[in-house]
Amino acid sequence: MWQLIVQIFPYAIAYTVPLLITALGGLYSERSGVVNIGLEGLMVIGMFSGAYTISRGGLPPGSAVWVGLLAAAVAGAAFSVLHAFACVTLNANQVISGIAINMVAGAMTRFLARNLTGSGNIQIMRGIQRTNIPLLSDIPILGPLLFRQTYATTWLALGILFLSAFVLFKTRYGLRLRACGEHPHAADAAGVNIYRMRYSAVLISGALAGLGGGIFLTTVSGEFSGTAGGLGFLALAALIFGQWRPFGILGATFFFGFASTIANVSQAIPELARIPGIVLKTFPFVVTLIALVAFSRSSQAPKAAGEPYDKGKR
Amino acid sequence: MKFRSGFNRKYVLSLLAVLLGLIAGAILMSSTGHNPVEGYRYLFRGGLMNLARVGNTMAIATTLILTGLSVAFAFKTGLFNIGASGQMLMGGLAATAIGLTYSWPRPVLLTAMMLAAMLAGGLWAAIAGFLKARFNVHEVVATIMLNWIAFWTIYYVIPGYFKGPFLETESRRLPAAATLRWPWLSSQFSGSYINIGIFIALAAVIVVAFVLERTTLGYELKAVGYNRHAAEAAGIKVNARMVLSMGIAGALAGLAGGVFYAGYAATMQIGILPSQGFDGIAVALLGASSPWGVWVAGLFFGVLHTGKGFMTAMTRIPPEIADTIIATIIYFAATSVLVERYWDSIDRSLSARRERRSVSKEEGGN
Repeated sequence: MWQLIVQIFPYAIAYTVPLLITALGGLYSERSGVVNIGLEGLMVIGMFSGAYTISRGGLPPGSAVWVGLLAAAVAGAAFSVLHAFACVTLNANQVISGIAINMVAGAMTRFLARNLTGSGNIQIMRGIQRTNIPLLSDIPILGPLLFRQTYATTWLALGILFLSAFVLFKTRYGLRLRACGEHPHAADAAGVNIYRMRYSAVLISGALAGLGGGIFLTTVSGEFSGTAGGLGFLALAALIFGQWRPFGILGATFFFGFASTIANVSQAIPELARIPGIVLKTFPFVVTLIALVAFSRSSQAPKAAGEPYDKGKR
Repeated sequence: MKFRSGFNRKYVLSLLAVLLGLIAGAILMSSTGHNPVEGYRYLFRGGLMNLARVGNTMAIATTLILTGLSVAFAFKTGLFNIGASGQMLMGGLAATAIGLTYSWPRPVLLTAMMLAAMLAGGLWAAIAGFLKARFNVHEVVATIMLNWIAFWTIYYVIPGYFKGPFLETESRRLPAAATLRWPWLSSQFSGSYINIGIFIALAAVIVVAFVLERTTLGYELKAVGYNRHAAEAAGIKVNARMVLSMGIAGALAGLAGGVFYAGYAATMQIGILPSQGFDGIAVALLGASSPWGVWVAGLFFGVLHTGKGFMTAMTRIPPEIADTIIATIIYFAATSVLVERYWDSIDRSLSARRERRSVSKEEGGN
């Protein structure tokens, strides 16, 4: 059993990280009062720009991956301007805009990929390499679980997690951002520029979702194929499941990552092969529905999330 | 008078969204080194140039009209059904299961299949409606989760119980008697994919229009959509109406699954979340959520989807341009607020000027 867990763990973590980063992106956006259903599409944008930069950028393989991740984040942020413009400047329906973002991203990147490479897919030759962390990987129990066969991006993601927790809850910017999502009129009266705050939050969410897509590309999928496989929606679920708190999100994404990995490897493991695949695969989604019901009474959702800000409304 | 101008405005906004979507498509085509005029000529010719293609356009539109109707119906009650894809899958599964299991006389079999599709889709969506009504769970998130549960259900149920002889990834082919293809109709359109589904879609449009405009139920559903609290105060059982509305929307999407998997196709493939469910949102938005608007919008998107293959063959423009245009149209439909606001300000300044003029006339008269 121990052996099994040690084997699964690196895969579970690899699957968790893109989810975590994307869900953190969603956290910024929703905490500022803008629902972002477009996370899936922004991930696709990240995967496309990352894959194109890495495979056609002509950079040496070692640095190409990192430039690719940077390109993914920048492209995600640039694309999310569309969502911010619709939701913040025009007070459009945030769900519809998010769906449009998803559809535009999926269709447009495949259109571009076919123009640029002749096929709808872009493969990358080399992703990020797994490494053992010296010294730490020799610690009993924790070493094999956390510090062997890790990706550098995992540590980057954890860094962003701690930074986000700090920024959102310990800085003036974070306080203002959360105020915009809870009670924008009060924040406005206190002199906060709601529009600027929401723009910045949506752009950060775009950058993080793009980076999430890039990390998914360089660690798990290895190719761009016009879809993020529902990962963006799962990130959205993790955001709710984690009740809009950074470490809650960490727990939720790890839970999803572990559950998905178990479902993926279940055929190879006799103890798990007895459980029908349908149960394992639908498990994260069913649990999310149950969690939604369980949290419905005491939901910590930002109060103004999903509502366009109207200055004249009281 | 006021009502009429509002009515016209909705359609003008839809046309404007289409126009902007087509312009965006043209920009994308020319920026990737293609000729947009040629592209659009082949795109529309590909959808309309002969009877077979018109038949295919209608066959594709059939599914889009029904999913569009599903989204539009939920919209009327203030609910957002983005789970039409999952409801299509469940409806398709129910229809396929009956079609592959029983060999009843054809009219009975087809009726049973379509009713089962509606029931399956309706129950699937009613889960989201129930969670919304009873626990206040947002229906957007609930239907997204239900989409993926349906996706994985199909992924295991089709190979497990209805596996085809050659492929693990698709169901057995439905016998000809269990599909909506009708040889007479197909031969009228030179052997295209058109099937009885288009009449089912037409009937659905008429029934939905009737229910929404002429029945107490439709009135109550719309009242809940306009103002939930006012409706509750007026004695309408809001929670029950929400579940019912979601259920009806799901039944329409389930029916879309039925006509798609037993009409356009004859097998169910696994690992695909049908994009028609999301296109349905575009159809509903473009049709301004009115049943006949949905009918027209569905046919228009049918042309784009049918024409894209022909366009790619003639001009080497990738077929994804059609999806890009549809997606852009949704974005512009969502941001039409901008136009509306501009429109309002023009309206206001015009009427202000008129008032001023009449005032100055009166003053001049004195």
